[in-house]
Amino acid sequence: MPLDVYLNVAISGLLTGLVYGLMALGLSCIFGVVRIVNFAHGEMMTAAMYIAVVLFQAFGLDPLIAMVPIAAVLFVFGYALQRGVINSFVTRPESTQFLLMIAIAIIIVNALLITFGPDARGVQTSYAYDSYALGPLIVDATKLYAAVAAILVAAALFGFFRFTLTGTAIRACADNHTGALVVGLDVRHLYALTFGLGAACVGAAGSMLVLLVDVTPALGPAYTLLAFIIVITGGLGSMGGALVGGVLIGLTEAIAGLVFTPSAKSMFSFAILVLVLLFRPVGILGRTAR
Amino acid sequence: MNTTSRRGMTRRTFAGRAGTAGLLFATMPFGIARAQGGPLKVGVILPRSGYLAGIGQDCQRGVDVAGPILRDLGYPGFQIVNGDTESNVDTARARAEALIAGGAQLLVGAFDSGQSAAIAQVAEQKRIPFVINIAAAPDITEQGYKFVFRNFPTAPMILGDAFANQLELFGMTGAAPKTAVFLHVNDTFGTAMAGGIGKVAPKFKLPYRIVDTIAYDPATKDLSVEVAKARAANADVLLVVSRLNDAILITRELVKQRWTPQAVLSMGPGWYEDQYLKTLGKLSDGPISFVPWYDPTKKLSPVLDAALARAYPGVNMNTNHIFTFEALLVAADAYKRAGSTDPAALADAIRTTDITDNVSIGPGIKFDEKGQNAGVKDGAIQNRAGKLVTIAPKSAANADPVWPMKPYGERG
Amino acid sequence: MRALTRDLSRRSIVLLAALLAVLLALPLVANDYQITVLVLILYLAYVGQAWNIMMGFAGLLSLGHALYVGLAAYLSGLLFKDYGISPWLGLLAAIPLSASAGAMISFLAFRFRVTGVYFAILTIAFAEFARIGFDHLAIVNGSGGLFLPVAQNPRSDLWLLRGPPTMFYYVILAATVVAALLSRALLGSRIGYFWLAIREDEQAARATGIDTFRYKTAAVVISAGVTAFAGVFYAFYYNNLFPEQVFNISRSIELIIGPIIGGLGTLFGPVVGAFLLTGLSELLTGTLAALGFDLPGARQVLYGSCLLLVILVLPGGVWPFLARRLRLDGGRR
Repeated sequence: MPLDVYLNVAISGLLTGLVYGLMALGLSCIFGVVRIVNFAHGEMMTAAMYIAVVLFQAFGLDPLIAMVPIAAVLFVFGYALQRGVINSFVTRPESTQFLLMIAIAIIIVNALLITFGPDARGVQTSYAYDSYALGPLIVDATKLYAAVAAILVAAALFGFFRFTLTGTAIRACADNHTGALVVGLDVRHLYALTFGLGAACVGAAGSMLVLLVDVTPALGPAYTLLAFIIVITGGLGSMGGALVGGVLIGLTEAIAGLVFTPSAKSMFSFAILVLVLLFRPVGILGRTAR
Repeated sequence: MNTTSRRGMTRRTFAGRAGTAGLLFATMPFGIARAQGGPLKVGVILPRSGYLAGIGQDCQRGVDVAGPILRDLGYPGFQIVNGDTESNVDTARARAEALIAGGAQLLVGAFDSGQSAAIAQVAEQKRIPFVINIAAAPDITEQGYKFVFRNFPTAPMILGDAFANQLELFGMTGAAPKTAVFLHVNDTFGTAMAGGIGKVAPKFKLPYRIVDTIAYDPATKDLSVEVAKARAANADVLLVVSRLNDAILITRELVKQRWTPQAVLSMGPGWYEDQYLKTLGKLSDGPISFVPWYDPTKKLSPVLDAALARAYPGVNMNTNHIFTFEALLVAADAYKRAGSTDPAALADAIRTTDITDNVSIGPGIKFDEKGQNAGVKDGAIQNRAGKLVTIAPKSAANADPVWPMKPYGERG
Repeated sequence: MRALTRDLSRRSIVLLAALLAVLLALPLVANDYQITVLVLILYLAYVGQAWNIMMGFAGLLSLGHALYVGLAAYLSGLLFKDYGISPWLGLLAAIPLSASAGAMISFLAFRFRVTGVYFAILTIAFAEFARIGFDHLAIVNGSGGLFLPVAQNPRSDLWLLRGPPTMFYYVILAATVVAALLSRALLGSRIGYFWLAIREDEQAARATGIDTFRYKTAAVVISAGVTAFAGVFYAFYYNNLFPEQVFNISRSIELIIGPIIGGLGTLFGPVVGAFLLTGLSELLTGTLAALGFDLPGARQVLYGSCLLLVILVLPGGVWPFLARRLRLDGGRR
């Protein structure tokens, strides 16, 4: 196969991977700080995608702009959910946390089915079919915009955690729960904040993803799994790690699909996951466990 | 060592447990008696939630408009009870049992091969006739069932008709593509079709040879790699078996990657569905689908079309509506001829079904000893300006084919 | 037998026997739909019990249990389809297969110290691996599905597991009883205490000299092996297998909701959970239908809400709550 096919596919995989990375970023926050196994992650993103569709159809709002209000809405939802329901589960065994999120996921998926029906909904922007041609390379415009937006959001999040007081406080909670309490941080509030931030990330990712993928109520679970694979591969609690993980998974799937049979491309992601779990459980960019 | 573990149970626990069980049974339909009096009760089981919800609910439209049409045709009225398989084999089986326990004397369903197979077993065991509306896995009618009937082609039949229609089209348009790339979804239907090509294609003298076969995961949301691979094969035509969402994704990728094959020959669902036409607008023109379809020259077709248009404006009549309606047509016809609601009599009546006044292409509805309607034929339809025209076979055509497809880049 | 019943009061034994008698006699009064539902309940109770061995007893969260079900189902199904081999013989091959898969996973996990959520995700990865792998395995017809030949005679053939739902009901009932007895035996044995220690505090357990690696592996292997029977049963009950449905993560999830709701680590948890959940599910479907409420997805929303309620209100599970309320055992769970 000619080289430009490989390059095209690789670039496509890279860009898609960045958007996946943004989605996983939210999970990295939630899982890395609050230590909650959020199995409703994909479902939250699906809800965000539907909101983006509705906003587009009602107001003609481009998803890349709608990203901001959607992130805000999801933030509120996440904060409330954590503060109200999930907080009591932080210390419970994983199986119970897991079941809690599963129940929430079931409710979200079917509520979406009832509200929007089963047909796929999408967003048709004016630039939906654009592509940039650089010689033999063809780059999908929408993917490019989404990937750039993903990097910007990740950078903003990184900045928040690194340079603001609240961000530092949250990192403190993650590093040492008891220490944080001792120092006087309102851990419950900070946890809720983090969950809210994670949800906001998911919201942003959703409004970007809706440019690439049509949304159906049952879309969630596959993305939840993908998010976990990326987070673990890239490293828990690491912003860069989520993006790196996303890119790695995106690239691997793309190239594997090209070289072998595309229907088995997920196997490679799982293979990477297994290898990471066995040989470098903290993930590629993860810090060594506390 | 602590040995006070008790498996103990007081009278209360037992009562509690028995009470729960009792509540369970009390709320379940206790219909052991099969209604001998009263109209026929037909249980329609479709995937109305879960991942197949869209299709199941589309099939349901065929059910909803059936009543008045059948009455106008002079068939006796009957009662329809709906069941939801939730796109799940366990639930499908339980639903079938529930409907039968509730007095259904005939079952119709269930779109998906796995769920249909589960229901078929129940139906066979209970000796209740089961008319399958849509399911293409050949194995279902190879199990030696006496109470299962399928008015839908199997995958090999679909392939055979597709190739026959293709040859007809090549003859009409003078096209002679030399190479084809086959892109298919790796699910039950896609695999059956892929497996069948090797056996069925040699029987037809097709002008093209398949240079590459690319299978993709049904759950995948990004088909850029698959389409890139297909494009790299540099084939004249794109042969495809996909579902609705994939069809939209593939088309988008074709546009973005700037490749327009001479034709897109689809041997499955998706490329002709309303969602596809609406979402892609001008970009939806051109693909040719080889599918079980309605015969525009048959009397009943415009009747069904009009009923659907009235009830669901903007919805084009498609395979889901047609075959679900026909399943109920078979039920009504058998009921009329049997003159009773006795399942055994109904099954006997279905075995001697001979309906020529139907909707789908082919000589009509007649079941062979395996319960399969071997006569149902597929048509070739092409997307044209948001509508669908039938271009083959000649006897059922209402338009001429357009070949090759207009390049995506030139469609404004 | 004495060891198993030595802690039970005479009254409890009588009541348990009565319950068993009721379950045995049920097919005489129940219709086929109710029997089908009961088969489903008992199937979930059985697998829940098997899963519980890993989770409740040894504290290892497996979210990919469908792997063991699927492997056993496909092997026994294939042996029957191509060679006419009875499922009971097929079971003899399926148990080692599932157990080996468990052994492999546990070896990898424990050797590399993968625990908690990571272990759970590892199990998911392997189940997904199997799903995609089997989708491409020609010998089982890949995603096209493996269809077992179905017999037409209405008589029960226990050897080949062909027959009416009632036959399957008794088979799965017997299996569930055996599983419960097995769990009881394991709980009360030396290995059961080691598991309890490992679950409570692995480091402390190791400090007292318990070979945690060995016993954790044993938990996984036993759990997987016991699950194998469920796979064989599944294959011969449904007579068709599709990788997408058999190895699907939603199956793994469905298998474990029962034990968690019922009560982790308890003997009756999985059974109570299975009855409650399937009963609830059917009750909701029936009620919605009776009310004429025909909205796809409504049942699941209600079901999810009930799950949420239970998990918020009864964190330890339903059975311990029931047991406490009715002032039953104060002893070991």
